[in-house]
Amino acid sequence: MKYRTVAVSTAAALAAGALLSGCGTDDGGDEPAASGPASLTYWAWAPGLDKVADIWNKGPGKEAGITVTVKKQASGDDLVTKIITAAKAGKAPDLVQAEYQALPTLVSNDVLADISEEAGDAKGEFADGIWQQATLGSDALYALPQDSGPLMFYYRQDLFKQYGLTVPTTWDEFAETARALKKKAPDKDLTTFSSNDSGLFAGLAQQAGAKWWTTGGDKWKVAIDDPATQKVADFWGGLVEEGAIDNQPMYTPAWNKALNTGKQVAWVSAVWAPGTLTTAAPETKGKWAMAPLPQWTAGENVTGSWGGSSTAVTNDSRNKKAAATFAKWLNTDPAALAALVKESGIYPAATAAQTGGALSKAPDYFSNQPGFYTQAAKIARGTAPAAWGPNVNVAYSAFKDNFASAAKTKSDFGPALTAMQDATVADLKKQGFGVSE
Amino acid sequence: MTRTPRRKAYGVKSAPYAFLVPAAVLFLLFFALPIGYALHLSFRRTEVKGLGLGKGARDEIWAGLANYTDALSDSELLTGALRILGYGAIVVPVMLGLALLFALLLDTDGLRLRGFTRLAIFLPYAIPGVIAALMWGFLYLPDVSPFLYLLDAVGLPQPDLLDGGPLYLSLANIAVWGGTGFNMIVIYTSLRAIPAEIFEAARLDGCSQLQIALRIKIPMVAPSLILTFFFSIIATLQVFSEPTTLKPLTNSLSTTWSPLMKVYQDAFVNNDIHAAAAQAVIIAVATLALSFGFLKAANSRTKQGDSR
Repeated sequence: MKYRTVAVSTAAALAAGALLSGCGTDDGGDEPAASGPASLTYWAWAPGLDKVADIWNKGPGKEAGITVTVKKQASGDDLVTKIITAAKAGKAPDLVQAEYQALPTLVSNDVLADISEEAGDAKGEFADGIWQQATLGSDALYALPQDSGPLMFYYRQDLFKQYGLTVPTTWDEFAETARALKKKAPDKDLTTFSSNDSGLFAGLAQQAGAKWWTTGGDKWKVAIDDPATQKVADFWGGLVEEGAIDNQPMYTPAWNKALNTGKQVAWVSAVWAPGTLTTAAPETKGKWAMAPLPQWTAGENVTGSWGGSSTAVTNDSRNKKAAATFAKWLNTDPAALAALVKESGIYPAATAAQTGGALSKAPDYFSNQPGFYTQAAKIARGTAPAAWGPNVNVAYSAFKDNFASAAKTKSDFGPALTAMQDATVADLKKQGFGVSE
Repeated sequence: MTRTPRRKAYGVKSAPYAFLVPAAVLFLLFFALPIGYALHLSFRRTEVKGLGLGKGARDEIWAGLANYTDALSDSELLTGALRILGYGAIVVPVMLGLALLFALLLDTDGLRLRGFTRLAIFLPYAIPGVIAALMWGFLYLPDVSPFLYLLDAVGLPQPDLLDGGPLYLSLANIAVWGGTGFNMIVIYTSLRAIPAEIFEAARLDGCSQLQIALRIKIPMVAPSLILTFFFSIIATLQVFSEPTTLKPLTNSLSTTWSPLMKVYQDAFVNNDIHAAAAQAVIIAVATLALSFGFLKAANSRTKQGDSR
């Protein structure tokens, strides 16, 4: 707390300094409204982002006369609501950190500015699947991708060896591995199906080829209950039903303990898993290994995403151009990306930054797997595109409630998926969106 | 001569209003205005056109009673209300029963360590609800709970405390643990206010301690029992932080388990403040009706008792 106060006041002092120097050195008239002294506010939750902003404020920002102040926020749904409320009052900050799935909601509430003119040329820096989430498949650009979370398979190397299990490369093998483990060690689980983590389920569905929200004309099409997602739901529902895997939610003290004691021997997670494992299972450091996500068709390299966020400029910003300039620097400049990796611990969305630099060494927790990030970058290349709509929150709540009761009673996941689809469509219709059946 | 009384009358007339102004301003600003705004929101809704992307695609329009009919026909809100009725049926009697029992025990003559005991029972009330729920959550979770570990060690079956019927007991337990101390203090304070000569008279008439408690103390603290019951009903209808904190730990608590959780979900997750406002108004009206209905019923009974 104290540190943050210091950081904020330093930033404020720097802002004042930048303003003064900006005024002093203004020769005037070389470029029309280039980027005069601007002071920007940035709402974000990534840790250490203020330090990255400091690099900007001391370097390129000082030259351009643009000062950025980071205001730390809660992550996720709460921030989306807060931004929308602030925008209604005309008081949204210049820049916001937003998860990809929140972008349509924010655009639909007219919060985000189109920055395609200022930053559209950054397209080549990112994988297509990720870029498309920031454009919503249109000509506009609503945000610059910051980090991504390609899904991977994490497993306990030592326990796999002990129980004679091989790393599954397909989902069929995954199911066989789960059953084999149950047979050899009935008190252990390969993994768990968590009804709390809609994002993971969405990522698994993306891998299978699902596109939950698409547009045709001026209508949305919701395809949550499509064959691809049904396949994923049936697969996990079947494993829970036969008792091959656990049905407890993730991110609970009990789950931490299961990871730490080896009761759960594998975890389908994203590239950021080492951070979670470091705190959840400190005693198993160096015993885990990472492999590509099992595939639906052998030999493919497709994965989905779990998490990931972007930097967006709001319509309330009086310095959209300056804000877009900073957003572009933050997410494409090598120095900024290196600082983001180091200070915020993110996995950058920019392709060039996914190897080398700070990511040339494996995370400490995975020191037994030196090629961690080389392999991660290979996996990330196969990231399937995600298709988000304006009411992802509603779909996610419906997932939590319906899949929770299905997982609890170990019953068929099919009806839960249908309920999720129905709730999402009903909400869109209620709000007045055009919806095609 | 005539001037002084006139000025006096003028001053007397305006003085009460002047004294009322600060309270009235605060009431208007922080009570009437937000309630009025919530009512206003509850009669409106946003309407989206087409894809709903970009400028002017979203309008706020008059919705009439649509939000109210939606809320009242929403089965989730109703089942939520039923759930907290079940929860309240455990919490209120157990908590008030224990509070009364502890207050009577504390009031017994010749009790040692009275101050310490009172503080010890009261202490959980000082612990914030979320912290208490987190702590109990740890104690309920199968793999980390010391209770379940002990049960397992002696070979007894481990109940799942976060599922089905036990879930209600687990939630109620948190409320009872946190609320008993406060209610005990309220009842105990009114016990101490009973004049000592009444007990003396009772003792002279040959009353035992138990009879004194049943025949004199409990009837004489009836007003504070009514008060604590009143508070408990309101707290039950507004239960939010305990189930919300326990929610991530189990598959058995939905995001809309209690009515207030549904309001929160609509307002802050689904971004539908209009539906949330309508539900909040309904809950407020129901709370008012229930609690004042109870107060009225209790008052009329006491009055009947007086006239008898």
